[in-house]
Amino acid sequence: MTTAVATAARAMRRPARSRSLRPWYRNGTLVAGLVIVGLLLLAAVLAPLLTPFDPIEQDLQNALQSPSGSHWLGTDKYGRDVLTRLLYGARVDLRIGFLAVLIPFVVGSVLGALAGYFGGWFDVVVMRIVDVFFAFPFYVLVIVLVFVLGAGESSIYLAIAAVSWVSYAKIMRGELLVAKKQDYVVAARLGGMSHGRVLIRHITPNVLSQALIYAMSDIVMDIMAIVTLGYLGLGIAPPTAEWGSMILDGQEFITTQFLQATIPGLAVVVTSLGLSLLGDGLSDLLSPERRK
Amino acid sequence: MSQGSSDVISSTGIAPADEPASTAELSRGGVPLLSVQDLSIGVRLPGGRTVSIVEGVSFDVDPGQRMGIVGESGSGKSLTLRAVAGLLPKPVEVLSGRVEYGGTDLLTMPAKRRRALMGPEIAMIFQEPMSALNPVMRVGDQIAEGPRRHLGLSAKEAGELAVSMMARTGIPDPVRRARAYPHELSGGLRQRIMIAMAVSCGPRLLLCDEPTTALDVTVQLQVLRLLERLCADTGTSLVFVTHDLAVVNQTCSELAVMYAGNIVESGRVKEVFRQPRHPYTRGLLESAPDFDRPDRELVPIPGFPPNVADRPSGCPFAPRCGYVRDHCRQSMPPLAEVAPGRQAACFESSRLTEVLA
Repeated sequence: MTTAVATAARAMRRPARSRSLRPWYRNGTLVAGLVIVGLLLLAAVLAPLLTPFDPIEQDLQNALQSPSGSHWLGTDKYGRDVLTRLLYGARVDLRIGFLAVLIPFVVGSVLGALAGYFGGWFDVVVMRIVDVFFAFPFYVLVIVLVFVLGAGESSIYLAIAAVSWVSYAKIMRGELLVAKKQDYVVAARLGGMSHGRVLIRHITPNVLSQALIYAMSDIVMDIMAIVTLGYLGLGIAPPTAEWGSMILDGQEFITTQFLQATIPGLAVVVTSLGLSLLGDGLSDLLSPERRK
Repeated sequence: MSQGSSDVISSTGIAPADEPASTAELSRGGVPLLSVQDLSIGVRLPGGRTVSIVEGVSFDVDPGQRMGIVGESGSGKSLTLRAVAGLLPKPVEVLSGRVEYGGTDLLTMPAKRRRALMGPEIAMIFQEPMSALNPVMRVGDQIAEGPRRHLGLSAKEAGELAVSMMARTGIPDPVRRARAYPHELSGGLRQRIMIAMAVSCGPRLLLCDEPTTALDVTVQLQVLRLLERLCADTGTSLVFVTHDLAVVNQTCSELAVMYAGNIVESGRVKEVFRQPRHPYTRGLLESAPDFDRPDRELVPIPGFPPNVADRPSGCPFAPRCGYVRDHCRQSMPPLAEVAPGRQAACFESSRLTEVLA
């Protein structure tokens, strides 16, 4: 009898325990994401050490070679090693992807948090602006902005920042609308704490994780955008190695040298997969249910 | 019980305020610490009409007094307390009346001055200790935050104060527990943390909104005794809102019974319990189980409280009252003195003289 009750009690408790007490390294999704993203970052950073070739210098005599012992993934139409360009391309695409997230993350989160917390006219103004940006598809707006601003890295940062801050604003506003009614916030205010202190010290640590989790998938979106821009010839100017322009250059040989266009495409897929897994894992790790 | 624990208090290094000088100063000339005067709370509808939920409530809390406000759900007891704390949920607002603290009206005070009072003068304890504590902040830091801000302590001093406050609220191993997060503590410990937070700046008035409702009964009693002891030791006044008469009996010295937005009876707890002078109070007492007299039959109060938007004319309790006469339905009985220190809002109060054991 007692054992039956004890077993039942244990069974009832188990899901909660496995979720909250599991250490982070037992979270398969998170670890897989960390490994993939970590390896990619490592490859990007160590690119000059991993390959003896130069990503830009042309060697027209060895153009369009199939994979071999010296060129593992073959060479492109200018005789440049595809693997080398892939590694150097990771430097550009990952760097822009990670950096492009920072400005919208900060600006959007702050505006959304203030709008949600204080409400009133500020909320109305910010959210109407958000609505306007939200009405356009992400890529269309980014492409138009880059087209207007002119191709290049700084245009990409500006365009992505201008478009993607709205998501952070929406997320943080929603979080703040809930958080500001929580008893602990009311209690802090009642304890004589200023709005600024309540916002920064009490609310932000509780709600920032949601924006952080979104940032992981946002990096994926940004990398896709950069690659798309590169493919459309609006991104990083050639001859700099970049996955999008590699796909563009490779597609004319798709029937004879299909690796030229496929390999950078696969790199995008793997990167997206890694970041998505990382985001999912982080959301498991940081979600509020875990803290209860 | 208060004697048994006094040694714990002195050992924490915080002197129990036997003669709170500032409280005496505030209460000079017989001014009560908190004076709620003719307070009406309700909603203003578009078109100028108002629906009042609390109607003209008045009561005083003297320094050191422990006042319990009892009533069923919707009686307006929590709104009254929240009006004092400045926490009325929109669109509910104070329609008229004054809430004086130490002689100044809290309601007309600039928000900044009012916030300066919250913490060092007035503090509040919430019903749900889990949600009222920040889940991602160590409890020691949460307690220390108020003293750092209001008493100008350094981080180290405030941390030490937090630990001694935790010791004072009976938390075992406070040094280690100060580094815990709320979810690592039991409900009783969390409520003790809340109390430690509330009293950390030495407030003169402690507002409690059903602080023990979320706790199980054995822990409830410990927390009530702790509150009573802390208030008695420091001369802190208490306003304690609850629906539980037994809780008031354990904690408070004075009692106000609310029904449908009015105070219907007030007086010293012991006297009100011994001899209720309003039929509603009597009904409440007769419908609550009493462990000392398990054989007594429980008598429910028939009917339901009135809808605030559609109050009957005359006494709001008349439709449910066993003592009702015709004039009860005509006009509202005022809250009048029925015995020294005893008030009841009932025309038929003189017929209620029976002493409950």
